Amino acid sequence: MSVHSRLSAFLSWLAIVGVLLLIVSRASFTADMSVFLPRSPTPEQQLLVDQLREGMVSRLTLIGLTGGDGAERSAISRRMAADLRADDRFSAINNGEAVHLEADRRWLFDNRYALSPAVNGERFTVAGLHTALQDTVRLLASPLGLVAKPLLARDPTGELMNLLGALDSAEQPRREGDVWVSQDGATTLLLAMSRASGADIDAQEDAMNAIRAAFAKAVASHGAGSAVELAMTGPGVFSVQSRATIKDEVTRIAVIGSSLIIILLLIIYRSLPVLLLGLLPVVTGTLAGIAAVSLGFGVVHGLTLGFGTTLIGEAVDYAIYLFVQQGQPKERRSQFWPTIRIGLLTSSCGFIALLASGFPGLAQLGLYSLAGLVAAALMTRYLLPAMLPTDFRLRDVSALGHRLARLVAAATRLRWMVITLALSSLALIANQRQGVWNGELLALSPVPASAQALDKRLRSELGAPDVRYLIVIDGRDTEAALQAAEALAPALNRLQDAHLIAGWDSPARYLPSQAIQRARLASLPPREALAARLQAASTGLPLRTKRLQAFVDDVDAARQRPLLDRASMAGTSLALAVDAMLLDSAHGARALLPLRAPTTGRQAGLIDADAVRAELATVALPATSPPPRFLDLKHESDALYRGYLGEAIQLSLGGVLAILVLLLVFLRRPMRVVRVALPLAASILVVVAALILAGKQLILLHLIGLLLIVAVGSNYALFFDNGNGDGAAPSPATLASLLFANLTTVAGFGLLAFSEVPVLQAIGITVGPGAILALLFSAMLSARRPLPPGG
Amino acid sequence: MNARLIALLFGLLANHASAAGWDIAELMKALAANRGGRVPFVETRHLAMLDQPLSITGELVYRAPSTLERHTRTPVTESMVLDGDTLTLSREGKTHTLRLHDYPEVAALIGSIRATLAGDRKTLERSYALSLSGSTTQWTLTLLPSDPAVTKVVLRIGISGNGGEVRRVDILQADGDRTEMRIGPAVR
Repeated sequence: MSVHSRLSAFLSWLAIVGVLLLIVSRASFTADMSVFLPRSPTPEQQLLVDQLREGMVSRLTLIGLTGGDGAERSAISRRMAADLRADDRFSAINNGEAVHLEADRRWLFDNRYALSPAVNGERFTVAGLHTALQDTVRLLASPLGLVAKPLLARDPTGELMNLLGALDSAEQPRREGDVWVSQDGATTLLLAMSRASGADIDAQEDAMNAIRAAFAKAVASHGAGSAVELAMTGPGVFSVQSRATIKDEVTRIAVIGSSLIIILLLIIYRSLPVLLLGLLPVVTGTLAGIAAVSLGFGVVHGLTLGFGTTLIGEAVDYAIYLFVQQGQPKERRSQFWPTIRIGLLTSSCGFIALLASGFPGLAQLGLYSLAGLVAAALMTRYLLPAMLPTDFRLRDVSALGHRLARLVAAATRLRWMVITLALSSLALIANQRQGVWNGELLALSPVPASAQALDKRLRSELGAPDVRYLIVIDGRDTEAALQAAEALAPALNRLQDAHLIAGWDSPARYLPSQAIQRARLASLPPREALAARLQAASTGLPLRTKRLQAFVDDVDAARQRPLLDRASMAGTSLALAVDAMLLDSAHGARALLPLRAPTTGRQAGLIDADAVRAELATVALPATSPPPRFLDLKHESDALYRGYLGEAIQLSLGGVLAILVLLLVFLRRPMRVVRVALPLAASILVVVAALILAGKQLILLHLIGLLLIVAVGSNYALFFDNGNGDGAAPSPATLASLLFANLTTVAGFGLLAFSEVPVLQAIGITVGPGAILALLFSAMLSARRPLPPGG
Repeated sequence: MNARLIALLFGLLANHASAAGWDIAELMKALAANRGGRVPFVETRHLAMLDQPLSITGELVYRAPSTLERHTRTPVTESMVLDGDTLTLSREGKTHTLRLHDYPEVAALIGSIRATLAGDRKTLERSYALSLSGSTTQWTLTLLPSDPAVTKVVLRIGISGNGGEVRRVDILQADGDRTEMRIGPAVR
């Protein structure tokens, strides 16, 4: 090949890589939950993902302090909380201390006549007041009477009691002194709510650092040598950790994997220029994969990159095949490219199937693999040969090849073993088929199991706001959303009375609609009328009405006061509650009403969705407001994932069918198709059976791993089928290149098996052993032939 | 040995202690030795808000060291259970739970009685200055609040009794209102 053509090949490669680099440099990368949002979501799925990304729950960080003694932990908890409360990045810090209690009580008391649902015209008639005064006398006799006296004089109708009674009081954690501790007392607990949404990973990382700094400061001020340790969890923490882990893992795997492969290739090639040439398809493929995903999806997920490093192990194969064939006679080489082409088409079938998935994460992997492999193969086919020096010859590998050929010949005698292994694996899988797949979305989480366990523990100790059931109400503005929420109250009370739900909350409890506030305040009588009615109402009661002057004053003041809005709640923890439940949405305002599941009885922990929906259907809302929607977040997310999983399985089966058709078209004879497909099928069966025996439940990424076994293994099987199926042995050189290709693949994928990220580990543990099996089985099932002469 | 005999024995011990010097430490010991029981009470509240005193009857149940129940019979049926830091009130079929910690005034009134029954001097001295008068069989313990949060509500609490048994609780409030509670002998 001339110097000129070599130069032009290099230049065109540089141009291509330049364009790809440009696209990649403009790509945006993410590690958040967006990858789980389906491409065309239902309103419920959209709500689910909005909640996961932006909702109150996404802003929570659960903090646990362990070690040291209880008093030390309490002191640290109080100092940390005081520090973080002054920090603008958090909207709330709760460690059990009653910091807002006073402000909350005062606000509720001052605004009781606008807030209390019991305030209506009836309440301030002579009869209504008489009943209220009777109650007041009884309350004076109660154990709290002595303390409540001043309150009763100002609030004889008991509106504050009504309000406090209506506020949804979920279980609180245990306390030691004034701070929260776990049931066993060994962990001191805090809750932090960030101002930034959970989707803003940089802000979440910032918040985590603020918590760490506050902890360090508290420990330092308590004295050196503290044994207290800090643990954090929550969606934000998960996002930050996932991003860091994925970044670390991707870098680590890329570095170690590349080094391993480079060492292997150096041993094989024993030439630096050849090594560098061999890496060109890898670089091209990786860049093409990222560029394709960036163009196709607008954003590249970190997991796609992590997965992408494994493609190095596969893309490098093409160069190995090429280099080894370069030393072969011309007529042999003519069979080489068609075999590679079928192999590539076979792999593509699997990945094209993934591309059709409604799950963007999966579709990204499909597109990445497809673009990467095709680019690497095209590069090897059309540019790489032109780049090789004219006198290119790989070192002689025929000695190794001949030894391999003898091994293969011996291995063919063990073909019964493949069949036996495959059949027993099939039997095992058929027997265990119920529990083969893990149907929970959590299984896909990039968070290590230990972090998930910590999260579960702290969450249950804190009785944490694990908001699972929600009613979602949309309105054209805040007023409309609040009015609709108020209209639902009777239905929700009926559900609570029927014990179908344990409780519910609503933003309208703390911030009633302007209409309701106006109606309540309008029902308060003017000062003179109230005084006269009070006089009449006290007949026959021992109460001295002149002691109730403060009540008359308060009612009069309430009539003059402006209506409540969000701004008037500043400084109370109730403002936070309203912020969490009342959001601005694209079309106005959205109210979220959390429902609590019953804690006892047959339906403990669960809410009957049909019963709730039926009850909601009875509520008459204005025609302009959309109907309220009941949402079970766990049900939605698991259904979403099961949908993805089911779809992926179907698509994979479709891919397998396409592969078989493709092989039939190219190989023409069914027997050859069987010979190529059998080792692949056997490898997949044995790998799945081994995973089951190891007690693993399969997740989506195992499925991807199986597809990759087909992608990698099809090349092996096709080479053993030997182009035209004439029964001629693959040349010793081909055998050597297959072994090299297999070693690099196992080096690339095998590393993933040691990853801390469960999804990456799933791929590694499937493809690593699968690739070895595919090569072994292909050899064992190849046509029997006489031993080649020793060489 | 039956319960009566134990009580007698304690009476003797208490009398003996009296000879040696009846003081707060001895009283606390005697109170702590009383593991609790069920006693009737009659309470009279003189409140400025009302034209006439309010009379309340019911039963107290104490289980050492941290459970105190007050079951009111008249004028309304209601109950209050203080267990550890949790105060549960039940009236008219509704239950309210609050944490004593969040309500220092309530803690001052109800917690001090429980601490007295338990013979828990440390807790008492956290919010009150204690002084004791009288004899083993007829003593009066006066609690004068030292905690400003408590002073707002209570001026003085007087607790009288015989040996390890409390017979009477008088509460004088900062606004001049008074409450007297007479406690009957244990119900067998």
